[in-house]
This record gives sequence, C-alpha cells and structure tokens, in this order.
Amino acid sequence: MVTGPETAPAGISVPVTATGAARLHLAIFAVALALALAAPFFLYPVFLMKVLCFALFASAFNLLLGYGGLLSFGHAAYFGSASYVAAHAAKVWGLTPELAILLGTGAAAVLGVVFGALAIRRQGIYFAMVTLAFAQMVYFFSLQAPFTGGEDGIQSVPRGRLFGMISLGPDINLYFFVLAIVVGGLLLIYRIIHSPFGQVLKAIRDNEPRAVSLGYRANRYKLAVFVMSATLAGLAGATKALVFQLASLTDVYWTMSGEVVLITLLGGMGTVFGPIVGAAIVVTMQNYFAGFGAWVTVIQGTIFVIGVLLFREGVVGILARWLRRPL
Amino acid sequence: MTFSRFALPLGALLLAGAAHAQDIRIGVLNDRSGIYADLAGQGSVVAAQMAVEDFGAEEKGINVSIVSADHQNRPDVASTIARQWYDEQGVDVIVDVPTSSAALAVSDITREKNRIFLDSGAGTTELTGEQCSPNTIHWTYDTYALANGTGGAMVEQGGTSWFFITADYAFGHSLEEETIAVVEAAGGEVLGTVRHPFPGTDFSSFLLQAQSSGADVIGLANAGGDTINTVKQAAEFGITQAGQDLAGLLIFITDIHALGLETAQGLVLTEAFYWDLNDDTRAWSQRFAERHGGAMPTMVHAGVYSSVLHYLKAVEATGTKEAEAVMAEMKATPTEDPLFGKGEVRADGRKIHDMYLFRVKSPDQSEGPWDYYETIATIPAERAFRPMEEGGCPLVE
Repeated sequence: MVTGPETAPAGISVPVTATGAARLHLAIFAVALALALAAPFFLYPVFLMKVLCFALFASAFNLLLGYGGLLSFGHAAYFGSASYVAAHAAKVWGLTPELAILLGTGAAAVLGVVFGALAIRRQGIYFAMVTLAFAQMVYFFSLQAPFTGGEDGIQSVPRGRLFGMISLGPDINLYFFVLAIVVGGLLLIYRIIHSPFGQVLKAIRDNEPRAVSLGYRANRYKLAVFVMSATLAGLAGATKALVFQLASLTDVYWTMSGEVVLITLLGGMGTVFGPIVGAAIVVTMQNYFAGFGAWVTVIQGTIFVIGVLLFREGVVGILARWLRRPL
Repeated sequence: MTFSRFALPLGALLLAGAAHAQDIRIGVLNDRSGIYADLAGQGSVVAAQMAVEDFGAEEKGINVSIVSADHQNRPDVASTIARQWYDEQGVDVIVDVPTSSAALAVSDITREKNRIFLDSGAGTTELTGEQCSPNTIHWTYDTYALANGTGGAMVEQGGTSWFFITADYAFGHSLEEETIAVVEAAGGEVLGTVRHPFPGTDFSSFLLQAQSSGADVIGLANAGGDTINTVKQAAEFGITQAGQDLAGLLIFITDIHALGLETAQGLVLTEAFYWDLNDDTRAWSQRFAERHGGAMPTMVHAGVYSSVLHYLKAVEATGTKEAEAVMAEMKATPTEDPLFGKGEVRADGRKIHDMYLFRVKSPDQSEGPWDYYETIATIPAERAFRPMEEGGCPLVE
C-alpha cells in the first residue's frame, strides 16, 4: 500500500492512505459525537450507556477479528473478568470509579498477555477453540471463587464519585463519563488501525507467510493486537459494571463471546463503524423487543440469518460498498 | 358562609376523587423464553390479571394496567428493564422475577427508585437476609424453606440417613449446607456427599455412589437441567423402585410434567402450593388453566396472584401508591387469599405461609393429567421459613 501525503485533520492526526476517507471518517465521527451528546436528552440514558459499552466491546473484538484476522471465541473472559475486578474494587475496596475501571482494565490486559501468548501459537479453528477453552476456565473460576458471589454475581456496586468529587449517581453524569471513556477507546482503536502497526497487521491478516518473508515477526504483532483487544474489551466490561452496578456470570459466559461475534458480523467486520452500528442494533433488539417474550430470540435469530444470507459484509460493509469508500 | 357552603362539598369531592382515581401500573418481569418460561412466563401475567379482576379493581376505582417483559435470566437485561419501567413508564410495582441474580438487581433498583418489588420466582435467601430491602417482599418460597421442608419433614417420616448429590457451585453448596443442618438438627445423619460439575450431563457415577451408600434418602442439591437429568438417570437405575427415596431440593410441578410420571415417580419435594390442595385451590386453578392453555399453575404463578392481590388491598386501604405507606400496610395486615390461606409479611420482607412435602405419584396412582402429587406432610408457616434473627437483615432490630 502506498502511503499518501500526511494530513492532520483537526482533532486526530492520522497517517492516511486516502485523504478523502479520513475526511469522511472525521465527518462521521463528528456527526456521531454530536448525536451522542444530544441523545441522553431524548433517549433513555442507561440504554444508551449499554449501547456505548457494547460498541466499545465489539470494536475491541473487531480490532482482533477484522484487522488481525484472528477469530477469538473467548472475549467474554476479558470483558467479564474486568467487570468482576472493577465491581469488587469499587464495592469492597471502595476505590473511586476511575481507579476501579483502570484496575479492571489492567486485569483484562494481564489475562490477555497470558492467554494470548498461548493462543496465537495456533491458527484458525484451533485458535478459536483455545480461546474458548481459556474463557470457560475464567467462567468456572468466576463460578467458584469466593469474591464473585457465585451465580448471584456482585450486586449493588456503588457508582461512586469521579476523582472523589463529581457524583456519578445521576444517570446523566454517568452518561457523559461513559461517553468520554468510549470515545477515547474508539479513537485509540481508530489510531491503531491506521498506524504503521495496523498496516503490518493487515498484511499479516491477508498473507502471513509473505509478511514473515518481508521480515515482520508475525507472532509479536499478533500478540500485541491480542493484548490490545483484550484490554479494550476489559475497559468496556469494567465500565459496564459501573453502569449496571453489577457484575455477573452472564458477562463471562460463552454466550457473551457469541454475542460480540454476532454484533460485529451484523454491523460489518473489518469496518471502523460496523461494530458501533451492530451494537446499537443488537442492544435495541434486546431492550425494546423484551416485551415480545419468547419471540426475542426468534427475531434475533431471523435477523442474523437474513444478515448472513443477504449482506454478508454487514450493514456498514454494504454501505461502504455502495459509497465505494472504506468506512 | 355561602362560600364555605359551596367549598365544603367541592373539597370533599376533590378528596374523594384523589382517593379513588388511582392509576396503578404493574410490571411482570420474568423469563419468557428460557428454562423458567414454563414455571413463570406468561402464566404469571395471567395470574396477575386474575388478581386484578378478582379484586375488582375497576369497581373500586383503581385503574390497573399490566406490562410484561422477558429478562432472559440475565441480571443486566433485568436491571435495564426495571430502570426503564420505573423512570419512563411509571411502573409502580414489579412482580415475579425468577433467577436470583436478576431478582437481587431488581431489588436494588427498586430501593433506589423507592417503588415496590414483590418477588415470587427467585429462590435466594439473600433477598430477606443481608441484602434485604424495605421495598422488597419475597413471596412464595426460598431455598431455606425448600431445604427445611424436604430435610426436616423427610427425617420425621423416617428417612434418617442421607446422601447428597450437589452441583459444584455456590448455590449447590449453600443448598447442601442448609439441608445438612436441618437433617442433623432433626436427628438424621449424612453418610456422604458428592459434587458434580455444573452444568452436568452424566450423573451415573454419582448415582451409583449414592446407591451403594445405602442411604435412605438421596438429596439432589442442584437445579434446573441438572436436577432433571439426575432424576432421569436415577429412573434408569431404578433407584426409587429399589427403596431409596430421591429428594429434589429445587424442582417445580412443570419439571414433573416435563419428566412424566414414569420417570419422576417416587420423587419427594417441597412446594408452597399445589393446585389440588383444597376446593379453593382447585377452583382457582381450573379458572387459571382455562386461560393458560390447560396448564395448571405453579407455586410461582400462585405467588404472583397472591402478592398482587395483597398489594391492591393495601393500595385500597391506604388510598395511595406511595411505597412507604403501602409497604407498611402490607406488613401490618395479615394476608389472606384462596391459594395460600392465612399468612403474614414479616419485617424482613419474608412472606410466610405453610409449605408442603409431596411425593410424586406413580403412573397408576395418577387419575389424569396434572394429578401428580400426594401430600406427605404440611410444614406450618412458623417453622417453614428461616427465623428472622438468623437472616442478618438490617431491617430487623
């Protein structure tokens, strides 16, 4: 790939392959951010925070799958363990929310290093199975460990005061705190994807032997992206623990790993905005279709089947093809 | 004077209007698609509707609407829905909520928003223990009552030696611990326990250990799919036919219905309600079944009916739906309804009533569909539930 002239649009400085694409991304980011700032005054803040957390989670997963080409089937492990650690830190140790979230994220990063180092030795289905196995180990640990509260989870986690000063109790305060975290996380992911590191990553994804023959140590890149993805998934999980004031087995169960795959595929794998759109769709379905009772899962399944059959690139993938621009 | 002559009746009219034009919104939050959909699910909505109709809410000027949603047994989904109901849809009271983690989450939010939560479907004793809340009433059963009923009453019936098959996680451990305490207090002995991984599929080796222990009673300290699989495999080994009793510590009539009498016969279990207890329960259950596709009510459905009825009575008596006043009234007034008879709501939020020890009939004892239980013993309300002072609930001084 040829690197174009480096432009620095206000806010983010990204070395771009095509200036037009970067401008378009910047415009979309700006519009999305404006919408996100206005949204809590029209929509229910807790619902929006859930969308945001899952958007970050799916984007972190997409970093690994869409750009690293590695299908992890165990991302619930990082999401869930961070959520447990953050909840425990905030509730039992009484840490302020930002420290609790940092601690949770750190725990996910450590897990990411350990599991990643072992998992990247295998490829394809074996990689997916190894990550799933590790995630199940985390699940059973969470089920048995004394501090996780078994199947009751850690309940009534205090939202606390940001930096010990600003109360996060009101939904609206917490919303902007969560928005700041998620936007920060998403910009970081965007930066990673469009950095030289990201370019090498894509090269490895497309043709690993060639990347190796060019002198890149593929495994180091893979481990690095694995750890980044796990850490950011942990950031999403830790934030979610504060939003819902609970950490439970749902967060570490394999269905959560499946859900993030669903979100990413539905929104558009390997696109910047896909996971965000996917998260909005799936969380909306879970929330607003809850009244349909038993039909929720049927509707969800039908939409997924239609998605896979009709637009395999996902919602954003299709849009990108129409616009002939990477999104 | 002319003014006051005019104003007095007008004021009285306004007051009367305020006392009677009461809008109540009830939210039925439970599992409508997963493993608890049969024992709670749509049936709980039917039960709530029946309570509203039987109470005659409309004639009494109380305008009740019912909303329902599926929490998919996930605490995060439950907590989002509960918040949204309270904040945006003006829900005054949430009922049912099976799955302990979801129930605890809803209990917290209800306290924060100062509304009322009447739990029927969940089993955790935490709701009336350390995590008890002035806004929560735990209506139908809890794991202590089940362990106590099955453990204590079985020993009195002569089942003195026990062996436990326990699901290896916190819930299983606490169920096992509670039952062992009851069994030993009643003079029984525990010959051994074995832990199976959760969730489990193959229980044969555990069942063989239990069989060879020679215990009178094999206690199943597990739930849901694990219990069903254990019972199925126990039937294959002919354990109950060989003279040992199989005691399910958390199993519902819908599970028996799914298993079939051939497989489930001889199983001993505790429930708070059975449709065929007396004329009142039979009459109500018949009406319920007509509206619910022929399926008889579970104790969870009965609990939803009973709790909604008691709530509406309290709203009528106080003339308000303000949580503190209504909760005080609900705790002060003894409960009475056709399903559970007389009972009361304790200070810790535990509603108490009689519990029953049942044995599942064999296919030739049963006279038709849903004729599943014979009553072995009745555990009186005051002995059925955990004493308040042992729960550690901060509301109890």
